[in-house]
Amino acid sequence: MKIKAVFLTRFFFISMCLILIMNICVVYGSVDINLWDTGRIVFGAITGKFPSDIPERFIPIVLGVRLPRVLMSGLVGASLSISGAAMQGLLKNPLADGTTIGVSSGASLGAVIAIAFSAKSTLVSGLGTFLMSILFSFASICLILFLAKIIDFTLSTNTVILIGVIYSMFASSITSLITTLADKEIKNIVFWSMGSIAGSTYEEVVLMTVILIICSFVLMRNGVELNAFAIGEENAMHVGVDVRRVKLRIMALVSILIGVSVSISGTIGFVGLVIPHITRIFTGPNHKKLLPISMAIGAGFLMLADMFCRTMFSPIELPIGIITSFIGSILFVFIMIRKNSNKFRG
Amino acid sequence: MNSNKKSPSILEINGLTVKMAGFTLVDQVTFNIREREKFIIVGPNGAGKSTIIKAISQSIPYSGEILYKGEDVAKMQKNQIARNIGVLAQHHSVNYSFTVEEIVELGRFSYRKDKLMIKEEKEIIQEALEMTGMIEKRKQSVLTLSGGEIQRTFLAQLFAQNPNILILDEPTNYLDIQYQEQMFRVIEEWITSKNKAVLAVVHDLSLASYFGSEFLLMNQGKAVSRGRKEEVMIPEQLNLVYEMNVGSWLHYLYKHWEKYL
Repeated sequence: MKIKAVFLTRFFFISMCLILIMNICVVYGSVDINLWDTGRIVFGAITGKFPSDIPERFIPIVLGVRLPRVLMSGLVGASLSISGAAMQGLLKNPLADGTTIGVSSGASLGAVIAIAFSAKSTLVSGLGTFLMSILFSFASICLILFLAKIIDFTLSTNTVILIGVIYSMFASSITSLITTLADKEIKNIVFWSMGSIAGSTYEEVVLMTVILIICSFVLMRNGVELNAFAIGEENAMHVGVDVRRVKLRIMALVSILIGVSVSISGTIGFVGLVIPHITRIFTGPNHKKLLPISMAIGAGFLMLADMFCRTMFSPIELPIGIITSFIGSILFVFIMIRKNSNKFRG
Repeated sequence: MNSNKKSPSILEINGLTVKMAGFTLVDQVTFNIREREKFIIVGPNGAGKSTIIKAISQSIPYSGEILYKGEDVAKMQKNQIARNIGVLAQHHSVNYSFTVEEIVELGRFSYRKDKLMIKEEKEIIQEALEMTGMIEKRKQSVLTLSGGEIQRTFLAQLFAQNPNILILDEPTNYLDIQYQEQMFRVIEEWITSKNKAVLAVVHDLSLASYFGSEFLLMNQGKAVSRGRKEEVMIPEQLNLVYEMNVGSWLHYLYKHWEKYL
């Protein structure tokens, strides 16, 4: 019972923090709308009646532009972080993440192919982008691990990353090729590739929420298995984990999360790498705690990062990938240095 | 010919053959292990000792039969295998700062659907930590441990897993001499008190003949001889396989200590 109380307090505290961050992110923007008014507009949307003293032009800004965008950045942040944490555990590789092992590039390629070859119907192409992204990210993980296994049976950290980088370049080159050749659809492709979290709709938010809830639930149920993988695949097998089945399951879930995130927001680099590392400082490597807390910190981080992108050089808006990659690449180097110094210590 | 013959056999290996990339690593090896036996595989590098262990733990493809109490291991469920056959790998490298206790707790993975009481689970883990001498470091991160301590942590995990047959691949490779002795004592105590058995690959011939009750001598993938200490661990057999005078070299090595006895 005591454990449950601790758990509930923490859950409550984290939810409060996230809601606070969300509110701050909705309030800040190029148009000044204070916290009180923002709250009343959101509340008005629920009750259906807006207070008359709020200028009418504020309502679409808050409800149509800012709220879905903030929600979406939180969802994407949570998805990328939990998939990064799961991959780092599964591959026993602290440098693994959608960007570093090339899965995101694979997902982008899938999305671009879907757009370039889709029919005119937006619904079909919309669904097509999702499915193709998911499919391509799954195929990418399989291919990368297969190649890594051929080259280095032990699946060492550096081999996987190296192949990921090579695969990333390969996938990007094909993406560019398709973009160049697809003269009719080029506008859509460019639009998609620039389409950050900015143009998010509520339909996308709902879809993303459903997918995130299902995938993260199953991932968390596999927390102990992920612990076993993080200690070592061989050991996981010895203690009785059905290695092949669990691996396939986790890879599929991660592909779905990354695929959908990429098809909605494009590639947002290094979030999945950085957040689990920051989270481990507080939770330790146990995935039972690491996965949910990563998700929360990732959601908060990306909401704030997106807010800085909107407001820092206003009216110029920075692509969100700039901030995440800036922080992420520095941390990447830091982790590598620390990892190598561990090696010398024996 | 052997008093152990009467006890039922736990593990039966029939005509085990492992081929990889055109090479035959293990060629038609047959043996069985009975309760309370300490079965040791010896042989020079590349004899196929570790390959046999990998086949038993189902991590590589093989032909031939591996039976646990008459049941085909290849057809058993993963958690059933883990409950009955426990493997201690030769080497462990951990990348994340799991605590000793977290690693030992994973030994209980195959039992988690049994819904044992939390208290009972805690006692099993406590006992495993005490037997291996890791109890004081239970909250410590494995990244701060020495190689020997890491090996003992994984032995504790294996004790928590509580299989009927322990499979050890060079279990004392990373241990200093004091823990070598302790480790074998602990394992010996464990298998005799619970009617279990052990299959171990041991490089050190003195250690092997001190610890083992049954022996299999291997060379280039083939079983050269099989039987008790007096039948296998003798110069006539060893000299051929190792292509040297094993007895005189070992005697030469230990001569220094004789005067201190």
